[in-house]
Amino acid sequence: MVISLLTCWLVITVGCKKNDNEAPQTAIRFVVPSNFPTPVYQFTNNTVSNAGFDLGHRLFYENALSIDNSTNCGSCHQQFAAFANLDHQVSHGVNNCFGTRNSPPLFNLAWQQNFMWDGGVHHIELSALNAFVNPCEMANTLDNVVKTLNNKPSYPQLFISAFGSSEINSQRIFKALAQFTGMMVSANSKYDKYSRKQNGGEFTNDELAGYALFKQKCSSCHTEPLFTDNSFKSNGLELNPKDAGREIITLASADFGAFRVPTLRNVALTSPYMHNGSLSTLAQVLNHYNSGVKNHINLDAKLKQNGVLGIPLSATEQQKIITFLNTLTDNEFIHDPKFAELPPL
Amino acid sequence: MKSISIFKSLTCVALICIIASCKKNNNEETLAGQGKVNLEFENKVGDQELELNTGAYTNANGDDFKITTFKYRISNITFNKADGSKNLIPESYLLIDAADEKTTLQTIEHVPAGDYVSMDFVIGVDSVRNFAGAQTGALDPAKGMYWSWNTGYIFVMLEGSSSKSTQADNKLAFHVGGAKAPNNTVRKVTLPFTAGGLRVRSNSQPEIHLLVDAAYLFKGTTNINFATLSGFHGGSDAVTIANNYATGMFKLDHIHN
Ligand code: HEC
Ligand code: HEC
Repeated sequence: MVISLLTCWLVITVGCKKNDNEAPQTAIRFVVPSNFPTPVYQFTNNTVSNAGFDLGHRLFYENALSIDNSTNCGSCHQQFAAFANLDHQVSHGVNNCFGTRNSPPLFNLAWQQNFMWDGGVHHIELSALNAFVNPCEMANTLDNVVKTLNNKPSYPQLFISAFGSSEINSQRIFKALAQFTGMMVSANSKYDKYSRKQNGGEFTNDELAGYALFKQKCSSCHTEPLFTDNSFKSNGLELNPKDAGREIITLASADFGAFRVPTLRNVALTSPYMHNGSLSTLAQVLNHYNSGVKNHINLDAKLKQNGVLGIPLSATEQQKIITFLNTLTDNEFIHDPKFAELPPL
Repeated sequence: MKSISIFKSLTCVALICIIASCKKNNNEETLAGQGKVNLEFENKVGDQELELNTGAYTNANGDDFKITTFKYRISNITFNKADGSKNLIPESYLLIDAADEKTTLQTIEHVPAGDYVSMDFVIGVDSVRNFAGAQTGALDPAKGMYWSWNTGYIFVMLEGSSSKSTQADNKLAFHVGGAKAPNNTVRKVTLPFTAGGLRVRSNSQPEIHLLVDAAYLFKGTTNINFATLSGFHGGSDAVTIANNYATGMFKLDHIHN
């Protein structure tokens, strides 16, 4: 009785203190999930702060950053699709311009060494640059982005809060965006809870069977826990790829038609699939690996073992792998209000 | 008359004052502290001055050409003393654009006072900074000379035309960059100073006058034939050009101490 009264009193006083200090917002922190490796991006020279993150959040959903005030990052990277672009095979930017590649999902970017399907961008802070200036995305110039933000009354104050002065330059814009996108960590799927032996992580027999098959057939490229080995390969999507992929960056013919092995986390939410968005369901993807693999000159050897193209999988095996892939969906992440769309200022 | 002589004597006093103050400065000259150094970049093509759009030039292969854009980056400026010690100037990243006069005369600050016998610098941007995330100042991608689809700085850019080029409108477009093997185009050059060297003092601002010869993109180790090579963005051809310009694009003309 005495103890519970004491606890009661403690809770009340602590509660009071908190209100007195008027600090309802807890300081935002980047936390490495216990089943994840060391991140590539350590926020060096870009320590995450609430104000920096909030500015990045604002910028991510700011239409004024596109040349005609029509498009923001969230137009192509939607939270409900784990920040991929649902139903768009290839990106759709300003002036109804269609790009050539499928918008990848955005999460766990702090663990990524290279960005874009061809890995041409090597730093998270610069991953937004192409979106700003690509004539088929936001079609803007960095000088104009800076000018626009300077002319919007609320921004100078947001830059003061985030960086200590009202100066707006491309470096600060990129750093704020990297605080926002770098903080997008998705690590609370059923699979993660299974790996960490947490509540809600009990796999069914089918999920266990699918997991075992996945480890056998798929994880040499889609390696746990990030579900990519960060390499660039051809999985035999096309015999004559229209997009040269990694070769554009390395200029090496062995990289012609090779693309970054994408993560499979949240894959049930990110349809359509592949760099060109050519497959629209997971069933089609499994069917591709079973019987659709083309003998492209740079097809990865793992997909051409003993002269057999692809990865032979029975219908039930395919179904079980899909059942496992569904455990990679992180509902907490796609509903996290920290990352939600913001109304215009 | 009187007023004139007063004026004269006043001028005299003023002159003496000026001379005295000069003297004073010379006497107080000290090797402590830091000074500033001006770098002047005089862009040339061989013996000719570089004239964008209008100048007509011939490369070592005998091909005619004109230049519409000539820009380059230098970084990691280091001043070396006779005793072998080196002073790397922090944050020395410069972008020079032949079309922008403001960039052809730049001031290097925070140079430790001393007597220097040579300077080194990197043509381009060192590999560390090339891969270090969002930058500002001369390295702000808003200033151009940057690839957004294949992240990295363009180190040297020469665009123009030649009747020998097989590209549309006889264009030439050489974009040298890349800081990764096997196509690393980061090059370091050393320029020995002439007798007398460079004297940096906290109270003076010496000037180093450099000649920058664009013809060296196309000669030095490999003579470039515009019919077979009229442009690229990085890659192994960029390495060929970088090897060329590392042999003599930058030359010391003279130093005003
Ligand atoms: C018009 C659609 C569109 C808009 C708007 C857009 N993106 Fe993208 N984004 C894409 C596409 C398409 C790709 C893949 C491009 C490629 O691989 O060449 C991509 C790639 C990325 C990547 C790399 C992801 C990875 O896994 O490699 C990041 C990060 C990113 N975008 C962030 C942003 C940010 C931040 C903004 C706003 C400043 C933005 N995007 C605006 C379509 C868009
Ligand atoms: C040899 C390496 C390799 C193996 C083995 C492999 N994949 Fe892939 N996977 C890739 C590459 C590369 C891509 C991207 C190809 C492209 O876009 O052109 C990809 C794409 C995918 C995608 C699309 C993801 C997206 O976001 O668009 C899915 C789903 C997928 N693989 C599932 C699997 C499954 C399931 C298996 C096992 C049956 C498997 N993969 C085996 C390399 C591999």
